Amino acid sequence: MGNKLAVSWITFACCEDSSIIFVEMLNQHFFEWKDKLEFRYCRLLKGKGNDFEGTDVAFVEGAIATAADEAKLKEIRAKSKRLVAIGSCACIGMPSAQRNNFDEATRREIMLVAERFGHLEKVHPVKDIVKVDYTVPGCPMDERLFLDVLGKCLAEFGVQ
Amino acid sequence: MHREGEFDIDIDHLSKIEGHADLEVRVKEGKVQHARLKISEAKRFFTQGVRGKSCLNVAQLVSRICGTCSIAHLSCCIEAVENALGITPSEQTKLLRNLTMDGLMVRDHAMHLYIFCLPDILGADSVLELADRDKSLVEKALEVKSAGNELSKIVAGKSVHAPFPSVGGYTKVMTNEQAKEMAHTLTHAREHAIEFVELFREKLPVFERKTHFIALTNPNYEYIGGEICSSEGYCVSRANFWEHLDRVVVPYSQATGFEFEGREYMVGSLSRMNLNKDALHRETKKDVANCLPLFPSNNIYMNNLAQAIEIINGMDHAIEKLESWDFKPEPYKTPAVKAGSGIGVIEAPRGTLYYALKTNEAGMVDYINLVIPTAQNHQNIEKDVAKLVQNDIDAGAKGQDEISMDVEKLVRAYDPCMSCATHFLKLKMKETGRAMPKKSKARNPWTFAEEGAR
Repeated sequence: MGNKLAVSWITFACCEDSSIIFVEMLNQHFFEWKDKLEFRYCRLLKGKGNDFEGTDVAFVEGAIATAADEAKLKEIRAKSKRLVAIGSCACIGMPSAQRNNFDEATRREIMLVAERFGHLEKVHPVKDIVKVDYTVPGCPMDERLFLDVLGKCLAEFGVQ
Repeated sequence: MHREGEFDIDIDHLSKIEGHADLEVRVKEGKVQHARLKISEAKRFFTQGVRGKSCLNVAQLVSRICGTCSIAHLSCCIEAVENALGITPSEQTKLLRNLTMDGLMVRDHAMHLYIFCLPDILGADSVLELADRDKSLVEKALEVKSAGNELSKIVAGKSVHAPFPSVGGYTKVMTNEQAKEMAHTLTHAREHAIEFVELFREKLPVFERKTHFIALTNPNYEYIGGEICSSEGYCVSRANFWEHLDRVVVPYSQATGFEFEGREYMVGSLSRMNLNKDALHRETKKDVANCLPLFPSNNIYMNNLAQAIEIINGMDHAIEKLESWDFKPEPYKTPAVKAGSGIGVIEAPRGTLYYALKTNEAGMVDYINLVIPTAQNHQNIEKDVAKLVQNDIDAGAKGQDEISMDVEKLVRAYDPCMSCATHFLKLKMKETGRAMPKKSKARNPWTFAEEGAR
């Protein structure tokens, strides 16, 4: 067995639909990916040793809604060689960014909660905060496009 | 340095659950002071986001509240809209809706049981680690999960954010040929699903605390229709459910809790099995006969056995419908809209899901309010965690790391869903500068906007 691609999967503000699609794609790809991928940080799959350090490819699902998320995303970017925006919320912000379009009365209604939990003024797609190398759009992510991007990353890092 | 009997357990970001939550337990002089489940998902404000949108489209938006149980939100919202508009769906549509829910139960429970819980009960950290030890077990798990995923795709178009279910009917209906093929796939996977029932029956840990259980019950153990019943022995109609609820504002969490008749309660598979096991599909009852006497149970880990049984029940209902129904194309007609109010109540994988919705004359949504399963379980989870930690301390055999792992397994047994729990805008935030939860009488499902405006 050769080297593996060190991947991380993290979610921010979203419904985690693409995480679910990923878990359903395991039905067909589990044993292939188990040989080719090493999960550095993936809380959906493992309890111990979740760490971004040494990540080749970070899959980032969800939009950036809070200051804490923004800081986390920057940390992940710094620790990952490639970063992939996964699903609609990560790629374009929506629908998690729906509050950006609220009228003044609705904004006032949500203000207390937003302030209390450190929400940013606007919800952002990932590319607003850090450099994005690849995108897998779709709500949930398009499975075929995910396979394309994963294939590109495997080739780039020389994982057979 | 902590004194003897004084320590904190802080778990940042519980693993192998849906979404983000942290847990905090404080122990002083050997006594648990509090256990707090802090749901840390950022709110996405769906209750505000749907306002002013067409009632014919909002079900697709609220589907985005949750990835894993999107179909539950979709189905419940459609029911509420149809009740508001006075629409009675066709017999075929009703059957397709039940089939859609069957697919959801099989897929969603299989994910939780096989990917998240199975490593726990077999002493592994992850399903990846498990595959090194027992490849064939993981292959079987994936086959069952795949069958549920395929059922959802064939009936509803996709297993996540399904495009076919709509207000008034389905925009596309499967063919009889697809139905037969699907029944065959399910029949094959069912054999493995039964093996998993046995495995969970043998391996589940025990943690008991008396609580009460609430579920929608009906004569066929399906997930749409019926009355909301309690383990205390009484039932309330869907229209009156709200009158029995207390909303508990939890200042340290981005979600709201609920109590029923002033007490914590549990919703989900264990509640359904405790209240309605006699209504399981006859084929299911035959093949899980040795499990049935174990219910009703106060052991929360039995929630996972109940889920394993519901996978079989979902498959048996689906196989029967797929083999016996003559599926016919039904051209979709866009329904006429009007002003109205409607309630939807279904059993989502994690428990009773409740929607209240108002439309205006133009068919736009003026108002929506939801009660989410994980929000209902919130109080119960905290009380269970406090008792589990106290039990561990009293027994004296475990270190903090082990206690911490026990706690995480216990929370996971509930199959909590944080994406769902946090969509809901917490009310009266100004009054809750203090750290303790604050209860308020929910009154009725239609007061949210007025309270929120205060």
